[in-house]
Amino acid sequence: MKYIIAVIQPDRIDAVLDMLEEKEIHLVTVSNVLGRGRQKGISSVYRSVKEAGNLLRKIKLEIAVNEDFVDKTVAAIIEGGRTGEVGDGKIFILDLEECIRVRTGETGRAAIG
Amino acid sequence: MNMIKRRINQALRAAPALLAALLTAGTGYAAEGGAIDSGDTAWLLSSAGLVLLMTPGLAFFYGGLVRKKNILSVLMQCFMAMCLVTVIWFFCGYSLAFGPDVGHFIGNLSWAFLNGVGPEPNADYAATVPHLAFMAFQLKFAIITPALIIGAFAERIKFSAFCVFTALWTILVYSPVAHWVWGIGGFLRDMGAMDFAGGAVVHINAGMAALAAALILGKRVGKSAPPHNLPLAILGAGMLWFGWFGFNAGSALAANGVAATAFVTTHIASAVAGLVWSLLDWWYHKKPTTLGMITGAVAGLVAITPAAGFVTPTGAMIIGLGSAVICFISVTFVKAKFGYDDTLDAFGVHGVGGIWGSIATGFLAVSGANNQLWIQIKATAITAGFAFVASVILFKLVDMIVGLRVSEHEERIGLDLTQHRETAYTLLD
Repeated sequence: MKYIIAVIQPDRIDAVLDMLEEKEIHLVTVSNVLGRGRQKGISSVYRSVKEAGNLLRKIKLEIAVNEDFVDKTVAAIIEGGRTGEVGDGKIFILDLEECIRVRTGETGRAAIG
Repeated sequence: MNMIKRRINQALRAAPALLAALLTAGTGYAAEGGAIDSGDTAWLLSSAGLVLLMTPGLAFFYGGLVRKKNILSVLMQCFMAMCLVTVIWFFCGYSLAFGPDVGHFIGNLSWAFLNGVGPEPNADYAATVPHLAFMAFQLKFAIITPALIIGAFAERIKFSAFCVFTALWTILVYSPVAHWVWGIGGFLRDMGAMDFAGGAVVHINAGMAALAAALILGKRVGKSAPPHNLPLAILGAGMLWFGWFGFNAGSALAANGVAATAFVTTHIASAVAGLVWSLLDWWYHKKPTTLGMITGAVAGLVAITPAAGFVTPTGAMIIGLGSAVICFISVTFVKAKFGYDDTLDAFGVHGVGGIWGSIATGFLAVSGANNQLWIQIKATAITAGFAFVASVILFKLVDMIVGLRVSEHEERIGLDLTQHRETAYTLLD
């Protein structure tokens, strides 16, 4: 099991969600976050007004998947999130030790699906 | 060199006289009129203030209903309407709307720059208040009318396009229609059309422009989103209801029985419509929503506007009831059926509610002509037709000049950042 964390541009969220849905990845947690990358928060056009400490608005996606869905998920995020400009974000993939469904107590593969 | 100096000196010598002429232009003219009544004047000036408050009220009403990335754009558009239309009204708008008649169609420009509009009453419009007070009261109507249209194109129009459209629309659509209905010599006024406080001039006019906007701009990008701050929308609706007392009761242009009638009918229609919409919501959507309640209250206010001083409290109740049912149908079913994206139901509430109120005035007005209903239908059709066609042409024109719609990329980011480089809410406090 893998835990995928992606940071993307706020205006790409709809497109990324659409792509994820197209590839039948429905489980996702979305948060509004602030952050900065290599450009130290300096943005080209419209990306953000100057926020505290030059942090820019981003959207963070968190997705837990089984191994066979990792590539699809990454592809969906790249396809929906890429504009080709600086600040398109990053995807991080972590090993996921365990997953438990609260309602049934199921664990592992079954709990993610 | 000497000649240039001489010219400059001449110009400088002439300047004070020119300035004085401009400064006194507004005071040097007095149309024959009765004596100023302090009660009437106090009420009209207060009403003008109340009506002005409706525009920030509308800003919060609309602002709460859009997504949070667009609230500032809506607030800015409403406030810019206050600034822009005021200047246009001063330059030429008031004169075109209420100035001496040209062919029953438009006022001439002799009152441009408020020339001849002074502290003396103008007996033709309001014999007991300063002409300037009447002008100021009318100005607030001219401000809120284009602001109402914002509800149809919110979340996707360029700010530049909004400014150019509002300026042109005020001159070429609002002023003529105001002249037809309210101006001395206007052909709808002469025909006997009854419009107490702007059912045709304000609501049908803005509502049809809103329909034109929704059709021409097309749907918003992405999925429809729920209102981001309903408490703000409710605050705005409350300010609208409060300001509407100035809008309707102020339209009596005097502190008298007609004003009291309009005050009461306005309140009753709004209350009934808010109640009935809530019940419809409860029945059809299974829950009475705050959004439904305030939409209903506004629909009632819209519909009573043309009738406010002409109907009894019972008539107001019928108009309020009708407006809730008809506007509910238009917003819930008609919009879905035809698929236009009237963002905040500017057409569904103001256009449809205004048309209902104008026609209802025809059969509920206490003292109208025998064929008042037919007159109202004709006047409604003429106003609606003109407003729609003229607005379509203006939107197309503005599209050619500056482009109407923001890019898809900008729309996704939101108008606050892309049009104003500001944001209403920060993530870190």
